[in-house]
Amino acid sequence: MLDLASPAPHDPRMISFILRRVFQSILVLLIVGLVAFSMFTFVGDPIDNMLGQERTDADIARLRAQLGLDQPFPVQYFRFLENAVQGNFGISYRQGRPVADILLERAPATLELAFVSGFLAIFFGIVLGVFTALRRGTVAANAVMTISLIGVSLPTFLIGILLIYVFSVELDLLPSFGRGDTVNLGWWSTGFLTWSGLKALILPSITLGLYQMTLIMRLVRTEMLEVLRQDYIRFARARGLRDRAIHFRHALKNTLVPVITVTGLQLGSIIAFAIITETVFQWPGVGLLFINAIQFVDIPVMAAYLMLISVMFVAINLIVDLLYFAIDPRLRT
Amino acid sequence: MERFDMPDTLLTIDDLTVAFPTRRGLFEAVKHAALTVEPGEIHGLVGESGAGKSTIGAAIMGLLEGNGHIAGGTVSFRGEQISGRDSAAMRRLRGKTISMIFQDPLTSLNPLFTVGEQLTETIQEHLGLSEREAAQRAEELLTRVGIPDPKTRLDQYPHQFSGGMRQRVVIALALCSEPDVIIADEPTTALDVAIQKQILELIRDLTTERQVGVILITHDMGVIAETTDRVTVMYMGEVVESGPTAQVLGHPEHAYTKSLIAAVPRPEVKVRRFPQISYGGRETTFNIADLARNWPTIKPKDGPLIEARNLTKRFLEKGSLIPSMRRYFTAVDDVSFDIQPGEVFGLVGESGSGKSTIARMIAGLYDLDEGEVLYEGTRVSGADAQTVLDYRRDIQMIFQDPYSSLNPRHRVDHIVAEPALHLGMIPKAEVGARVAELLDKVGLGAEAGMKYPHEFSGGQRQRISIARALATQPRFLICDEPTSALDVSIQAQILNILKDLQEHLGLTMLFISHDLPVVRQMCDRVGVLKDGKLIELAETETLFADPQTEYTRELLRLMPKTDLLSKDGLADAV
Repeated sequence: MLDLASPAPHDPRMISFILRRVFQSILVLLIVGLVAFSMFTFVGDPIDNMLGQERTDADIARLRAQLGLDQPFPVQYFRFLENAVQGNFGISYRQGRPVADILLERAPATLELAFVSGFLAIFFGIVLGVFTALRRGTVAANAVMTISLIGVSLPTFLIGILLIYVFSVELDLLPSFGRGDTVNLGWWSTGFLTWSGLKALILPSITLGLYQMTLIMRLVRTEMLEVLRQDYIRFARARGLRDRAIHFRHALKNTLVPVITVTGLQLGSIIAFAIITETVFQWPGVGLLFINAIQFVDIPVMAAYLMLISVMFVAINLIVDLLYFAIDPRLRT
Repeated sequence: MERFDMPDTLLTIDDLTVAFPTRRGLFEAVKHAALTVEPGEIHGLVGESGAGKSTIGAAIMGLLEGNGHIAGGTVSFRGEQISGRDSAAMRRLRGKTISMIFQDPLTSLNPLFTVGEQLTETIQEHLGLSEREAAQRAEELLTRVGIPDPKTRLDQYPHQFSGGMRQRVVIALALCSEPDVIIADEPTTALDVAIQKQILELIRDLTTERQVGVILITHDMGVIAETTDRVTVMYMGEVVESGPTAQVLGHPEHAYTKSLIAAVPRPEVKVRRFPQISYGGRETTFNIADLARNWPTIKPKDGPLIEARNLTKRFLEKGSLIPSMRRYFTAVDDVSFDIQPGEVFGLVGESGSGKSTIARMIAGLYDLDEGEVLYEGTRVSGADAQTVLDYRRDIQMIFQDPYSSLNPRHRVDHIVAEPALHLGMIPKAEVGARVAELLDKVGLGAEAGMKYPHEFSGGQRQRISIARALATQPRFLICDEPTSALDVSIQAQILNILKDLQEHLGLTMLFISHDLPVVRQMCDRVGVLKDGKLIELAETETLFADPQTEYTRELLRLMPKTDLLSKDGLADAV
């Protein structure tokens, strides 16, 4: 329904804009990298954790040299960046395997969960938002608005536990933990292709997406009501256009301009907040990995996780800005 | 009241009452209104805000806001009643039979769709043409409304058009379905006078050429006088007078029409005071002369009070990291003038000519890129903090928009007292008395201080702004389009107050306006601005009688003619 006119890719303004944004993104990542890396130095001595009780001073010195911890701070930071760019985040203190491998193994679970809940949040958020705006004051719209308060006010873990209680314990319809059976496509393991994998996705994705959905819904509703008051909507009515064209062509596209920003940020937080949902549902994703890493002060994993999340946030924000260009012609000229 | 009921009458409104339910009961925005529109005729609907003119337009279209409804009477098209039809039937009628043009072309067009998309969509809806035929028609329409290079223009977005061109697009959109009646709701209010003239001429031509009937809703008597065939005057929801334009304007019968016409500023005669609207209890009394008793009398130094020398202001148009790639827009270009003590100095020009920028530069709100401002011979631009503070204490500003220039969360007494307190001009103990006196003298009453801005009308708010400006007992007042957002009767009040300020308190003023008749009434000398340059500067009388530049002559020529208007009530002419 939305015919997004594609911006001309050769537009010099657009190119300079993208370059500027990419430059800013790199700056953000460097700073996050610094914070992530600082953890190595400031959160205890990893050597203590890695070597057992019966260590010798020689062991410590050897491991220190081996890990490069005897080098000055800037050198260590530069090395860290150099390695990080190449996808090398070091070796997990706890598992003794390369962090990159562990993350890669866990990432599909989190990304699939985030994708499904993001989709649910955006789809139902927009549909219900438009519905409650157009049918303002009706019983159905008021009911949706009231129920949506639950989504805003209940904390994620409580919703998760409630869902588990109702659908797993009492009704025994859906699994209460794990991903179900997965299929490996190369290095990507997917739960989309098996029945149990799909069933396992339902409760966690609802839990994770509910808050974002209600937020998007309320935002869409407010924006839509605002847009419907605009002169160009009145003029569209005065020209005798059909309600359908007015609501879903003229009004919806204008509604989406501000909604896109918030939605972009929300998608970022879906990935970041997956930690809680993954813990409640024992979902084998990076969030659960991170929680376990904290318990064991597994700093390389924590640092890599931090970097991963910030890369995603930055990427989503970049996409949001580009979407702005696509949807709003005023920015293009 | 006359009734025209010819057989080919397009639109007949009979005994129409429109009601809006409110918490305090039924509010009748239009009461028993009647008018007719013939083919090829422009019927003006004039009145002040709240008179119900736009409500009539919305009622005809079936587009009443909220829970408004037609509570009585009928609207008929070619003898068939159209009011009371269901929403699907009304939608088929809209656009197809009756079209509408709104006030602000900037907000009337959807910013996210190209002009072509909006045109073809509407054409296809009504005429059932194919996409290609519709695009073809859209191109013809743009050509007809006078938009050059229509093929390219179709693919552009509304923001790529200028204000006048946008309003042409809006007119093209209203013509898409070949309607029989067009309701134009303040179609030129947001436009410059030159553009206004073109748009009105276009509407006039289209009316004659296509034999459509037009209802032209406006508050501007000049527009009515110049464009309409017949006129209906409304006041507080009621039709007070209706008839051929020349007759109603030249020989008004109703007291309201008379006072409304008398309040219109004329370019050809200067009046000492504006006649106040003396109908329906809208009179307000104010007493500026009383303020003079406590007003400090400072003997002005010899020479001009304000000297503006070579003022130049550039705004960044396109930023870049490389300085040579940056593009600037010169809003004010080497402008110099003096303002003598006690003088009202006017600046006129179209939008974008740099008038407001100059006001802000003199007020010290903008930094100067070049040039300097002198106050009583002392340089105040870029001066030390104490000099600037002294200058700030002596100047005040009144802004155009009485809605956004008052903080809605502050009480009126706080708003009025704030500048004086901030500049440390009056002891805290005396603030209350000073504020009460000011509010009383501008005609609001001391108790107005306890209220919030939203409880006041536009004209009352502008008087709050004046009270705020007077709180510091300034010597120099900058008025930036102080009345352009106000009705003509309210404008008359505000202008009278400003005249009194000059007369009784000896205030010097910089008066900025795009409205030449108002400038004629208010100013001693006038500067004409075009594209940031001061192109002419003369005594007001000289400028109007014998303009030296082609541009000024053009501006004067474009003023809506008020010759038709009755001269009654202008006894005060000087």
